[in-house]
Amino acid sequence: MLCEICGKKEATVHLTEVINEQMRKLNLCEDCAREKGAEMEEHFGLSDLLAGLADLGATVKPEAAVTIKCPKCGFSYSDFKKIGRLGCSECYEVFKKQLTPILKRIHSADRHVGKVPIQVGKTVKGVKDLQDLRLQMEKAIQSEEFEEAARIRDKMKELEKKNPESRDKK
Amino acid sequence: MTLDDFLHQESEWLKGTGPRSNIVMSSRTRLARNLEGLPYSHWADKKQLETILDSVRGAMDSVSFLKGSMFFRMKDLSDIDKVFLVERHLMSPEHTRSGEYKALIVDPKEIVSIMVNEEDHLRIQVLQSGFNIKETWRIIDEIDTALSKKLSFAYSPKWGYLTACPTNVGTGLRGSIMLHLPALVFTAQIERVLGATAKLGLNIRGFYGEGTEASGNLFQISNQVSMGRTEDDIIDNLERIIDQIVSREDSSRNTLISKNKEALTDRIWRAYGTLKSAHIITSRETVALLSAIRLGVDLGVFKDLNREMVTELFISTQPAHLQKLSGKILTAEERDVKRADLIREKLK
Repeated sequence: MLCEICGKKEATVHLTEVINEQMRKLNLCEDCAREKGAEMEEHFGLSDLLAGLADLGATVKPEAAVTIKCPKCGFSYSDFKKIGRLGCSECYEVFKKQLTPILKRIHSADRHVGKVPIQVGKTVKGVKDLQDLRLQMEKAIQSEEFEEAARIRDKMKELEKKNPESRDKK
Repeated sequence: MTLDDFLHQESEWLKGTGPRSNIVMSSRTRLARNLEGLPYSHWADKKQLETILDSVRGAMDSVSFLKGSMFFRMKDLSDIDKVFLVERHLMSPEHTRSGEYKALIVDPKEIVSIMVNEEDHLRIQVLQSGFNIKETWRIIDEIDTALSKKLSFAYSPKWGYLTACPTNVGTGLRGSIMLHLPALVFTAQIERVLGATAKLGLNIRGFYGEGTEASGNLFQISNQVSMGRTEDDIIDNLERIIDQIVSREDSSRNTLISKNKEALTDRIWRAYGTLKSAHIITSRETVALLSAIRLGVDLGVFKDLNREMVTELFISTQPAHLQKLSGKILTAEERDVKRADLIREKLK
């Protein structure tokens, strides 16, 4: 049997391909199979697996979530489910509810702690400090250390006074 | 300088120098960055894609590491040229596809490259020879800071640098190290070592081929998580784990020499014999044999072969390199002949 792609060499590799629920057998030579294999591998990446997580921890019913669209770029949550990528940076805010559990699953964390771009550095730093303090305060309350919580609250107030732009809109 | 000049120059990372370069082939970091206010490349329209290209091109000059760099539009390159750049590790296979608005910036030493309009607007990469991951981070951090004075990157205080795929959000950082682990493979320890590595949140890929079947005994290990840790933590963690693997490979090499010296030397010299005399050779066989030769060089078996030359052969025997060297398109069979010729010539 000759290879179905090049039609020149002997077919030694037998692949089964499923496209649109149609199963198809392919008989290929080694070279064409290697190319085909590389193609398939590239087409199935991490983002495909990610799309499988898209319904994770959906507090909103999945059917309701898929219709949400980003007002900025028009990308919908169902697009994300299909390709595992977002449309623009605004999408993170628009799909926040759906993305939060996914990000937690991927990174085992729910916030960035690394580099801050210098351009926005000044105000962002303030916001991040405030967020960190709020987290600390919540922890203190949980462990019933109310004096500590009050101390942190005062510190936050002070920071907000110093840098009104950094007011953290929760 | 043009693309063809790369053909006759050795990239910085191929020099086979740097710490632990007997085991660590190369260290690489990449940062994913996107311009604020523009859709991700896959969702942007033609005008927006052009804007992204222009903005990045305009910001290049502000980065001292990019002095004298080349800017290639993918649409201006032939298919062979594109694969050639992939083979030199300067861009991803993904970047060769539908390239109307894709571009690549490369510095003349091939240390820094930036893919424009790949999955993210910018994918910055720094590549070095040997176990130098901290140094690659230092350089890329500097480049990123310089660029951010000209370009406004999409960033959220909560989630960090925003990327097209949520797997890269946060730092946008991926560090990866390419390791040559023949002794761990020969002594059948590799499964265990790689299994443990995966449990620590690192990603492992065979460099040629898949999983532990990797031919050439080359493995690429990288961090999986990009958010919730600082860049220094990510790099430090990667470095510590790799350091353990390197030590393990080192001690396995010593064990092999003390217990199986004849068998090992036999394997290395046979590989040399085949490469030196073959007239037809596939890339798969080449990579497997070069791995044995590289080990031989590391163990001092060969007097007149050096690591640089062997490492270079891993790259120059790949399909696009062979075709650029010949100056024409070759069939697979013609490449196997050309490859054998090239190797014999180098080993003469």
